[in-house]
Amino acid sequence: MRLVISDLDVCFGARRVVSIGTLAVGEAEIVGLAGESGSGKSMTTLAVLGLAHTLGATVTGSIKLDGAELTGLSQRELREVRGRRIAAIFQSPSSAFSPVFRVGSVMNRALRLHGMTSAEAAGAASRAMRQVLLSPDLLHRFPSQLSGGQLQRVAIAIALALRAEVLLADEPTSALDVTVQAEVLELLAGLRDTEGMSVLFISHDLAVVAELCDRVAIMAEGRIVEQGPTGQVLSAPRDPYTAELLASVPRIGMGTGP
Amino acid sequence: MIVYAARRAALAVLVVAGVIVLTFVIARVVPGDPAATWAGPHASAAQVAAARRFLGLDRPAAVQLLAYFGGIAAGTWGVSVHTHQPVLSDIATVAPASLELVLAALVIALVTGVPLGLLSARRPGRPLDHGIRAVSILGVSMPIFWMALILQLVFAQRLRLLPAAGEFSPGLLFTHPLARHTGFDVIDALITGNWQMLGSTLGHLLLPAIVVAAYPAGLIARIVRAQVLDTIGETHVQMVRALGFPERAVFGRFAMKLAWNPVAATLALVFGYSLVNTFLVEDVFDWPGLGSYAAASISTLDTPAILGVTLFIALVYVVANLVVDIVQAALDPRIRLR
Amino acid sequence: MIEAPTPMPAAASRLPRGQALRRGLAANPLLVAGGAGAVLIVAVAVFAPVLAPFPGDAGTATHPFLVLRPPSAQHWLGTDNVGRDVLSRVLYGARISPLIAVIVLLIACAIGLPLGLAAGYFGGWLDEVIMRVTDIFLAFPPLLLALALAAVLPASLTTVVIAIAATWWPWYTRLVRGQAASVAGRPYIESCRALGISRRKIIGRHILPNAVTPLIVQMSLDVGGVILTASALSFLGLGAQDPTPDWGLMVSEGQSYFTTAWWVVTFPGIAILFTAFAFNLLGDGLRDLLDPRRTFLR
Repeated sequence: MRLVISDLDVCFGARRVVSIGTLAVGEAEIVGLAGESGSGKSMTTLAVLGLAHTLGATVTGSIKLDGAELTGLSQRELREVRGRRIAAIFQSPSSAFSPVFRVGSVMNRALRLHGMTSAEAAGAASRAMRQVLLSPDLLHRFPSQLSGGQLQRVAIAIALALRAEVLLADEPTSALDVTVQAEVLELLAGLRDTEGMSVLFISHDLAVVAELCDRVAIMAEGRIVEQGPTGQVLSAPRDPYTAELLASVPRIGMGTGP
Repeated sequence: MIVYAARRAALAVLVVAGVIVLTFVIARVVPGDPAATWAGPHASAAQVAAARRFLGLDRPAAVQLLAYFGGIAAGTWGVSVHTHQPVLSDIATVAPASLELVLAALVIALVTGVPLGLLSARRPGRPLDHGIRAVSILGVSMPIFWMALILQLVFAQRLRLLPAAGEFSPGLLFTHPLARHTGFDVIDALITGNWQMLGSTLGHLLLPAIVVAAYPAGLIARIVRAQVLDTIGETHVQMVRALGFPERAVFGRFAMKLAWNPVAATLALVFGYSLVNTFLVEDVFDWPGLGSYAAASISTLDTPAILGVTLFIALVYVVANLVVDIVQAALDPRIRLR
Repeated sequence: MIEAPTPMPAAASRLPRGQALRRGLAANPLLVAGGAGAVLIVAVAVFAPVLAPFPGDAGTATHPFLVLRPPSAQHWLGTDNVGRDVLSRVLYGARISPLIAVIVLLIACAIGLPLGLAAGYFGGWLDEVIMRVTDIFLAFPPLLLALALAAVLPASLTTVVIAIAATWWPWYTRLVRGQAASVAGRPYIESCRALGISRRKIIGRHILPNAVTPLIVQMSLDVGGVILTASALSFLGLGAQDPTPDWGLMVSEGQSYFTTAWWVVTFPGIAILFTAFAFNLLGDGLRDLLDPRRTFLR
């Protein structure tokens, strides 16, 4: 297993917001982390990246990447992991990019930060853009000139160009409309198959999770109440919370009566 | 971009027209009868009437206003009662020294204000933040004329670290005379390779520039802090952190890029403000600029000179704002893409 | 302190109560310090006749044998060029600066508030005209217009008040207009109109309260700025005349003796600095307290 999270606790002072026993993502695997808003999913992302302290939270527990322990590393060491080995994409793509930087500029700087020369960075950026089915010319644009779907794909391209092993996707499609959503999901599945990427897919939308993820973990109030292969968990839930969550998903053909 | 610039320029022209009208109104607010003043205290009624006709004060207000406009455009801004020179040529002589002073002050303000603001934003709510905020507010609360006197006393007279007055050491006029090309001492010294003069000018510039820089520095520090704090909670900052950038770059490059916009707007504001502040500082330091000229005009009640200076500074201010507006639009795509 | 007024969100109109207020004050030592300073200055102004050792020196008294004495036991801050006690004059000066600031700001408000409300609520050509006029006034750098006006009018404190008020009202017009316009555009105002509620009631009950809080915050921010402007005008000889114990005037009068008698200039200047600083801290702290957008993330 590439990414192994064990006994992870994230606390704001006395208040514990995340308490995960075990959660793991393997190579070429998409694991869903599903639950309602406020269940602590996003804090998990920040904790894995070692950025929980920027919001004032403390983290205890173990996060292992390819067997190496991440908690307890210095910020300088963690900065080499961020982006380069573990990448993240966020919920609102239009606010994930600074409005005054051209998107290519951010990508270029990130690539050079992690050791590429200018020429290498340009090449890697072009290749990554084509992989996400976007023209490299779009790199010259400002975020306001690109659509939500395009911006999300640029974010994925950055992760690709950096050759990250793990992608933390925090509600990446929630702000996109359905057709664009489908394209991004397809892209993520493609990354798993061709690049062997490990993806932790965080979402409140069970339907999307059902479609994309190989395994799923259901999160409620910071705890994982159930996890397992997607088909199994969603068709035969063992935890009552999971059952409740499933029942609230609207299905085509559902009548208005009981 | 061109369309945006053209639109702003057209707007500026309208504002300039309004500014000229307002100075005209102020000129007419002067109590007493200008014709009587001109004719003198012992003039007869007929002589006063003749003076009125001579000064054009018997024409209707609208006509006077148009004549005023014409005069401004033609470059006849009145004659100084004190120097007996055309006001505009007086201004042309003294303005460069003040512009030099104000520009130096703005450089100092940027170099101190921006880093302090960033430092303050890095650890908000902590003692360092409170300290820097207090110092910034102190800068903005400073009575400039008093600060000038105090600094001159302490650094020039008591500690003898810096020169007390003037633009350069008078002795150098003989040993290393400065060839004047642009009217700006520092630039002239630089382009003619007159290093002694350059050193002397810069040394003399330092103290007055620091005094004038107090207000802008404080303002810039506060604006940088506010802007960076506003931005720091946003997703794009977290994204940049998640890409592995160190905090230094997160604040200094990414968060700061958004802050330059309000800083630029502030620069225009404090440019105008500092230009007027020179009235309070130059006299103390014997700096032969617009400020000394204005202060002298005020004490001799030289109305044409006072109004000329007012109009000049207002026009410069409008132009400065226009330039900053256009530069801002060039740097921040959101403004012109709106 | 001159700062372009920013429109505040309507939700910020309410002052936090009780515990929230106490927590806000604890997190804001600058506000508390500023408030304490402001209270001190007002107290000095009120009790000046009692506190000053030589009250007559704040008026027409002169003492030719006590000229330019350094600080001593009798004269804690020394004496000036006609033998007057600097301490007494500084204390009495506290009556002048804040009072001028209050009067100026009230006048600016009296002009700016109705104009801003009218421009913001009615919109259209009235808005355009008022805004263009304020634009022209605001095209001048802050101090300049006041200076020009004060220079052409006879020198006195009244002139200072008129000159500064004439420069200040456009800022408030703009501020109020922004708030009024944003509230007037809300759907619930439309429903008020549809219900037939009178214009006066709409403006008075709905628009005015929202516009007033940011205006008050801005005014508290401006007190320091007005005090500095007024002292600058007096320094240039355009304001108070001798023997009025105006701080700016005192600095100007002491200028010629500065190198030998440093106390004549130093102490009035410190008074100006202290006063402006205290009110600026207060205004700044108030704005922080009332602006919910300022969240502190590490």
